[in-house]
Amino acid sequence: MTEYLTPLLGGLVIGLAATGLLFLLGRIAGISGILWSAVADGLADDNRWRWFFLAGLLLGPLAYHLLTATPYPAAPSLGLPFAVAGGLLVGFGTRLGSGCTSGHGVCGIGRLSVRSLVATMTFMVTGIVTVYLLRHAWGIT
Amino acid sequence: MKNLVALACGLLFGAGLALSGMTDTAKVLGFLDLFGRWDPDLLFVMGGAVCVTLVSFRLVLRGKPLLAASFNLPTRQDIDPRLLGGAALFGIGWGVFGYCPGPALSALVYLDMTTGIFVVSMLAGMALAGVVVKKAGS
Repeated sequence: MTEYLTPLLGGLVIGLAATGLLFLLGRIAGISGILWSAVADGLADDNRWRWFFLAGLLLGPLAYHLLTATPYPAAPSLGLPFAVAGGLLVGFGTRLGSGCTSGHGVCGIGRLSVRSLVATMTFMVTGIVTVYLLRHAWGIT
Repeated sequence: MKNLVALACGLLFGAGLALSGMTDTAKVLGFLDLFGRWDPDLLFVMGGAVCVTLVSFRLVLRGKPLLAASFNLPTRQDIDPRLLGGAALFGIGWGVFGYCPGPALSALVYLDMTTGIFVVSMLAGMALAGVVVKKAGS
């Protein structure tokens, strides 16, 4: 049971962070959208909050691992071709589909958006099918 | 003030991702491995987060944001091929390597080169999507 407690707690913290951003700034905590807008709009005045949010996204884990003395997770075991292919697909897909796990999954479902619910079910299914194919059907990874 | 709030929310979000195990690709791929040795832990991450937002968003959206004139929310409601195709491709990429965008950025602090290459590729993919969408004229 305790092995579920940490992920659950992590999930609650993520939900709290998304709530904070919506309540205080009126914004959806969708990471793919925040990242792309940050890059595309640069350091314009009304874009700066995105860079601060992203800075926090990097500093948060650092603080967590330091303060709780939790070791970093193992480095990804898959090699460069998988990183490139996975990265391209994740970037392409999230921009085309207007969101990722946070924007569609956590926030979209939270505000009862049917679009986000459908998107979330879609990427969960294709993610599961992909792992099935790569690991079991084709035995590549 | 807005920037500090954004920083604090980002900090909390990132800490939550690390705490939950989402920055561990082996863990994420184990979660997506429904037909293998399935690791259900991450179900509780999404479950916990959505439990919070389902209640809190309802309350928050009744009023106005504290530091902004109005909420900035997506308005589209139609299920179009672009949404479905994009989500499908994103899921495939997620299953290929084990990172979705947030955890990939958070994991940059572990200073692993493969993670860095994933993030660069992800940005390239986003740029590419912009070009394709522009060409398609939608």
